[in-house]
Amino acid sequence: MSPAAAIDAPAPAAVPQLALLKANGVGKRFGGVQALAAVSFTINHGEIYGLIGPNGAGKTSLFNVLTGIYAPDGGEFVFDGLPLAGLKPHEVAARGIARTFQNIRLFGNLSALENVMIGRHVRTQAGVWGAILRDARTRAEEKAIEARAYELLEYVGIARRAHDQARHLPYGDQRRLEIARALATEPELLALDEPAAGMNATETASLKALLERIRHDGTTILLIEHDMKLVMSVCDRVLVLDYGKKIAEGPAAAVQQDPAVIAAYLGGEVSLNLKGA
Amino acid sequence: MQALLDLKKHPAATWIGFALVGVALLALPFALAQVGTAWVRITNLAILFVLLSLGLNIVVGFAGLLDLGYIAFYAVGAYTYALLASPHFNIHLPFWIILPIGAAIACLFGVLLGTPTLKLRGDYLAIVTLGFGEIVRIFFNNLSQPFNLTNGPQGITLIDPFHIGDFSFAKTDTFLGLSFSGPIKYYYLLTLVLLVVIVVNLRLQDSRIGRAWEAIREDEIAARAMGINTTRIKLLAFAMGASFGGIAGGMFSAMQGFISPESFILVESVMVLAMVVLGGMGNIWGVIVGALLLSFVPEVLRYTVEPVQKALFGRMLVEPEVIRMLLFGLALVLMMLFRPAGLLPSALRKRELEVKRT
Repeated sequence: MSPAAAIDAPAPAAVPQLALLKANGVGKRFGGVQALAAVSFTINHGEIYGLIGPNGAGKTSLFNVLTGIYAPDGGEFVFDGLPLAGLKPHEVAARGIARTFQNIRLFGNLSALENVMIGRHVRTQAGVWGAILRDARTRAEEKAIEARAYELLEYVGIARRAHDQARHLPYGDQRRLEIARALATEPELLALDEPAAGMNATETASLKALLERIRHDGTTILLIEHDMKLVMSVCDRVLVLDYGKKIAEGPAAAVQQDPAVIAAYLGGEVSLNLKGA
Repeated sequence: MQALLDLKKHPAATWIGFALVGVALLALPFALAQVGTAWVRITNLAILFVLLSLGLNIVVGFAGLLDLGYIAFYAVGAYTYALLASPHFNIHLPFWIILPIGAAIACLFGVLLGTPTLKLRGDYLAIVTLGFGEIVRIFFNNLSQPFNLTNGPQGITLIDPFHIGDFSFAKTDTFLGLSFSGPIKYYYLLTLVLLVVIVVNLRLQDSRIGRAWEAIREDEIAARAMGINTTRIKLLAFAMGASFGGIAGGMFSAMQGFISPESFILVESVMVLAMVVLGGMGNIWGVIVGALLLSFVPEVLRYTVEPVQKALFGRMLVEPEVIRMLLFGLALVLMMLFRPAGLLPSALRKRELEVKRT
């Protein structure tokens, strides 16, 4: 990882910081469903930014538009000062956004190590001729790829699994492997889609430590998560989506108290009852 | 198996192994020639099919793109050679110029097939490639007018054999008291090309490009999200596979001296695919074994079915040709039932099957 860039203890609300990712009125419609309705927000360098909302709120759609899998119908993302409009997924990855998937998408028949080595693709060069001739440069690059992949497996704590087939790793390790693979692309922004899903309390606690370490080492994190305890404890700021609309944004503690958020999660009637009580 | 693995750790043993294989490969054609020159020709054709299988393995085995029209690239290579080294246009270029041209044109056709099919996978891709293979064959069959490019179904005859100056691959030469017939010379050339192609394949598989192919095979969306330009990498697979097919086609043309669209029918594509699948998709050694088996077993049957029947029943009950295809089909069915990952599955596939069984 790059040396920690003095973003050890960010105070996001107080000190205005450098924006890494800006969403300007991003919209996406699938047939009759408005998956995203003019969503705007800003993620600062070094933040852990939470993205929450009930099921079907548009969180994963936001990820898919951000990473170029879908084109937005309106608005745009500006990353590191440049728009992402029209970029294909592999170009977005090259710009420095890496992601994981809600329903884990590893290269199942390959080993854990190979999975991470594939993550190095975008930061390496060797082509067909390099592969065939195996010149000194290609050999050096291959060696570096493998060494880095091992490092990353150690970083996320699954180095002992390096030569196991990815599909046979325990669930929690698969989630970690996805993170290692994403980190291999040297992202500025790491977008995680429900990394704690299906984890028990111990695993979640160690995931939290990993996320804090990644942030400490200089990578900004965008986190979709249903585990509210994790979100509230690790995120600097949180964005809440409901039916594709932004209904709240701010520090975790404040968002938690927001009546609109409570209504979205518990349903309108309950919130009315709460008010009446 | 463990003993074999231990042997691998000793460099001396490795070199002795290489030397033994080398001597065997050098001596093989003379041993075969004792049985009959036909067997040297059969071996040469078998090596051509190994080359084809290795080319198709890049597309099907590495990148996971099901291609049912692969023989089209073989045809393109064969016709390129035939047109540039025959009396048909009265052009007689040397083979070492034509083979690269044939590979390049086949490569172009690979990109031509790859570009419109980039978004397709599985069954849909198979149907499109099947159509492509047929289109190429039908073109060759009909391009005799208005301008006679391919001579239609009659094919092209009197194709030049490989020659360097006065040294021709069609004549018999005596050297060191050994008689080198045309097929034997081709055998050595083919073996040399095969060794190069094997090394190229092994190196491609274990490289950044090879990993990108495997990533696409495993999960295309994840591959894209990891920064792999799937368009480029897929086209590369088609182009590389097609080039190998083109080279094999050129050699086929020169060895046979005659080609016609008949040689490039759908069954040939299916046969090459069967070799890849039978041997073990994605495993280079498995694919080689598969191609050799499917090339040799039918030939062995051709020569044994008749005498065996005569000895057993005193007369012919079933034509050799019929029983050949019957046994061939049966072997494929049994294979898929009992060894679905192929004779020599790729290491990871094998591991996967073992886990499933326990």
